[in-house]
Amino acid sequence: MSPRVRKIRKVFNPPPVKGFKPYGSDTDGRKTEPVQLLFEEYEALRLCDYDFYNHHQASVIMGVSRPTFTRIYASVRQKVAMAFAEGRQIVIEGGKVYFDSDWYHCKDCKCYFDNPRKDVEEIVCPLCGSKQVANYEIEDEMPDAGDNQHVDFCVCVSCGYKKPHQPGKPCSNEICPKCNAPLRRNVGRRRRGRLNN
Amino acid sequence: MKVAITSTGNSIESMLDERFGRCSYFVIYNTESKSTEIVPNPNKDAENGAGPASLQLVASHNAEKIVSGEFGTKIKSLADSLKIQLVVVKEPKKVKDIIEMLNK
Repeated sequence: MSPRVRKIRKVFNPPPVKGFKPYGSDTDGRKTEPVQLLFEEYEALRLCDYDFYNHHQASVIMGVSRPTFTRIYASVRQKVAMAFAEGRQIVIEGGKVYFDSDWYHCKDCKCYFDNPRKDVEEIVCPLCGSKQVANYEIEDEMPDAGDNQHVDFCVCVSCGYKKPHQPGKPCSNEICPKCNAPLRRNVGRRRRGRLNN
Repeated sequence: MKVAITSTGNSIESMLDERFGRCSYFVIYNTESKSTEIVPNPNKDAENGAGPASLQLVASHNAEKIVSGEFGTKIKSLADSLKIQLVVVKEPKKVKDIIEMLNK
């Protein structure tokens, strides 16, 4: 029997580089095979450890099941560790993936456009150059978005100012706009539980 | 930068073609030299695979943006991997109007 065909994985951000090279005298002269990281593995590592999504959310983003995502993630951890421990190069290539990007809508000329270049920070309309653009959601497919996102808040201890916590940005780096004190993390769900008791 | 605009006819006075893969002509507009080049689409009457074939044609002209009325299901991921931006214009417009908007 032939094995089941691999599901095609969605990659939002292509890696900015093609790979990584070790440096230092120990690696000179020795010829080692590079470690091959697949695009999907790079994306799994980025979603989990850079954007702080949990495996379930990340699996939905990539269009695979949660167990499959965990397997991809386990494989990338193992490969990166191997490259570090053995001083080998990492090349990012291959894998069964397709690339995807978000859609935007321009309010001035009423056109829709996407943004395949992730390195461009400020998004302007490609037709009229207007900055009146908004993210255009075709479908909302985050499973736990309502439950898990924005339940955490960054709060100010002295004046009680509160704003939703952005994953990946430590609260202690943010400063309260009212009294200039550093903010602290407050976990909303735990708090709600305490109030109910 | 080069922009590909789908056109129903072989002049910039023609209307924007609302299909991408099976449009009649591509107007390749160069925003730096303000020159246009009109390329007939050989995939106009293709039975299948017109979209990807047209995308290859556009990519071979080094266009970085494509303006059309609609894109098929196969185009998005291919264009993303080629770093080509897709622009969807839903209102009927002339190719000339699009070029004017790009110049602004």
